[in-house]
Formats: sequence, structure tokens, C-alpha cells
Amino acid sequence: MAIDLKAARDVLRESGTARLVERRGFLKGGLSLGALTLLTGCDVTHTDQVQSVLNRMSQWNDRVQAALFNPHRLMPTYSEAEAVKDFRFNAYYGESQVPKIDGDRYRLILSGLVDNRKPWSLPDLYALPQTSQITRHVCVEGWSMIGKWTGVPFRTFLERIGADLSAKYVGFECADGYYSSIDMASALHPQTLLTFKISDEILGPKYGYPLKLRIPTKLGFKNPKWITALYVTNRFPGGFWEDRGYNWFAGV
Amino acid sequence: MTTQSMAGSPPRQTILVHSLMVRIAHWTNAVAMVIMIGSGWRIWNSDPIFDYYFPIWATLGGDPAASQDLHNELGLASALQWHFAGMWLLVINGLVYFIYGVLSGHFRRTMFPVGPRAFLSDLVAALRFRLPHHPGVYNAVQKVLYLGVLAVGVVMVLSGLAIWKPGQFQELAWIFGGFDTARLIHFLGMAAIVLFLIVHISLVIMVPKTLPTMITGRASVHGDETGR
Repeated sequence: MAIDLKAARDVLRESGTARLVERRGFLKGGLSLGALTLLTGCDVTHTDQVQSVLNRMSQWNDRVQAALFNPHRLMPTYSEAEAVKDFRFNAYYGESQVPKIDGDRYRLILSGLVDNRKPWSLPDLYALPQTSQITRHVCVEGWSMIGKWTGVPFRTFLERIGADLSAKYVGFECADGYYSSIDMASALHPQTLLTFKISDEILGPKYGYPLKLRIPTKLGFKNPKWITALYVTNRFPGGFWEDRGYNWFAGV
Repeated sequence: MTTQSMAGSPPRQTILVHSLMVRIAHWTNAVAMVIMIGSGWRIWNSDPIFDYYFPIWATLGGDPAASQDLHNELGLASALQWHFAGMWLLVINGLVYFIYGVLSGHFRRTMFPVGPRAFLSDLVAALRFRLPHHPGVYNAVQKVLYLGVLAVGVVMVLSGLAIWKPGQFQELAWIFGGFDTARLIHFLGMAAIVLFLIVHISLVIMVPKTLPTMITGRASVHGDETGR
């Protein structure tokens, strides 16, 4: 238990050894021992029961947040001067391990409840109507950063591919094995963008080249980078961090 | 004639000091405090504002080594689950307590009146350990501390909402000076509550008979101690 937190965090950042072991709902050791005895005086074997209560509370919080979500409420926007130019790198592994994607061969794969599943090349994507936003990226860890992103409104894209807009979820799969999903109401929010640029420049490899979802109504981990496939579905898709205990709705 | 009055002191009797509602709210809040502070410290550790990390044994949110092994994170996910489950316990209990406190006259009866003059004289007496304890009657220092920590509790819930939803509750976040300032206020509020708890628990240790009273609600007093 004696862990130097700061050193451990640095190791985490650099190591990039994400172990894709388990899916949703497994947080072994949901309590630290001291707190456990302090709290309930119960045995460690009750940890799974505690964890199941916590999971149910998180699902309840998903529903509360969906009810709180106002599809017309715009997130605050900021001036060019407030936007950070050298945006922070963030992934579940180190910067040296980011996917390197060949733009010429890149295709965005579509599946699920979509009429036109033709894969999209980059020139086709770049030809879509684009807009820019300067918004605050809020990380689940607590830090936040204002940045400028440019891309096609996600609603426009979903309409263009004939997505079933009455479906519940949109899911994303990424070149680095990351995956995530959002509710349709948030997907259709006017500030949700399928972005190609950050700070007025084509996304660098560390920022998710060639395709990143920018969704300022949600926490940072709901903004997948290096997107290679997306799908529309009514089956709950989960997500990389969500399956590891982060709240799924994660609204801001 | 009882033996006590023969000894020259008035007869002892027990009085109800804390109503059942106050006791339930107190201990529910104690559990909520452990959850919110313990998990809050773990969440703080994932991105501290100042270069300080809370010791892991004092935090709530899973075994960091196991979390790192399984999820490549140091127990933040579980800490967040605790925090956002605990907030319901804190807020629902707090609302019940406030509504009860106003409607029953609990606040009016026990916390007021309180003025700066009484506070200062009671504070000086307390610091000289010359402030007597009367069961069921709060001195001015207690009144100020209790009212103060309740106010901090309100600030904690509001600043917490501002951090949780700086978008949907953007006006609230604005009132707290924006997202980052709201985080700082949320931290300082925690520090104030922890300071209160240190004083609160120290006083219970100094006057131990107050602990069973907060469980049973009753205190044993001399006949002349019940007056307010």
C-alpha cells in the first residue's frame, strides 16, 4: 500500500502498459482497508456487494444527468487569446506510443443503424461544412484546458450518413484500442463536432490525427481521438474507462 | 428526601437534549463526511492544485495497486463512484435536517440568539478552560461553530455542483469565479470542515459524556442545570 503517488503517476504516464483485462463493472478492491473498517467494520469479502451498490448509483447518476441535460444549452465559449496553443497530451499510455495513421489510406468505417455505410476518406470528410469552437475541455481528474477545435457538426454528419437519430447511442472505435460511446441527445448537441483541426492546424499525431470527437458537454475521456469506426446502436456500448468504473454519461 | 438532596445538591434527572431527528441526521452526516472527505482526497490526488498528496491509507477508493494493475489508474474511478454516491446521502440528509431544523424550531431554539459580544466572552472563557458545559444549551462559541460549519456545508454542495456541471450549471460556476476557482473553494471548504471536525472531536474527548448523549439523546443533569 505504500505507494509514492507522484512517482506512480509518472510511471503510469510513461509506461503505457494498459492491460485490457476486464469489461464493465470490475473494480477489484473497491475500498482501501483503513476506510473499510472505519466505515462499516465489515469484512473485505463484502467488497463485491459494496461495488455493486456503487455501480448502481453510477447508473442512477447516468439517468439524473440525462434528465439534467439541456440539448439547447450551449457550453461557454472563450476568446482566441484564452485558447491554449500547446494543448496537453492525454491518453492511457505515453506519447511515444500514439497511433501513426496514414492519411491517404485512412477510411472511417460506419456500421449499425446507418443508411449509407460507405466508408469515408479524408478528402470526403474535409469537404463537409466546417465550424470552429473555443471551449473548455474538462478532465475527470480535475484539470481543464481551453482549446480551439475545427470540424463538421456531428449532427450534420449523422444526417448525411442517414443515421437513425432516434437510436439511443453512438459508439466510437479508435486506432489505439480505445473505445467510447455517447447518448444520441448529446451527439446531436450543436457544439458536438467531428474535428479535423486543433489550434487551426490539422490534428497532430498526439492529438488524434486524423479524426477526433469534440464534445464540450462531456468530460475529456468522452472525446475519443484517432477514430477509425463509428456506429449507431440501441445496445449499450460502454467504453474503455467507463468499463473501468468511470461514470458513463460523464456530462459537464 | 433522597440521598442526593441530603448531600446538599438538587436531585439528578435525565433530560432529552438531542431529538431523534437530530441524532439520525448527525450520524448519517458523519458517515457522509467520511465518504466525501475520504474519496475527495483520493480525487484530489489525481490532479492536486497544490503539490500535496493525501496519504493513501486516509483515502477512500480502492486499492491503488490493484487499480493500477487492472485499469492503469490509481483508484480514481472508485473514488469518483464513492463521491457521487455519497453526495446523495449528504444532500438528502442535509435537506431533511434543514427542513426539520426550521420547521421544528430547532435552529431558532438552539442556535439563536448569537452575537459578537457573547461569542468573544465565551471564546475567552473557553480558551481558559473556564467555559462550563450545560447539557442541551449551546454556548456562543458552539453556536458560531455550528452555524459556520452548516454554512460551509452549503458552500461545499454548491461549489461541488459547479465543479460537477460547469456547463449545465454555468451560472453557478460563474458565481464561484469559474471552474478553477470553484475547485479551490471546494478544497478550502473541505479544509474548514476538517478543522471543525478536529475541534469538534477534541471537545468530545475533553467532555466525554457528550458522546452517549448524541446516541441516546438523553443527559443526566442536576435540577438547576436545565434552565436556559
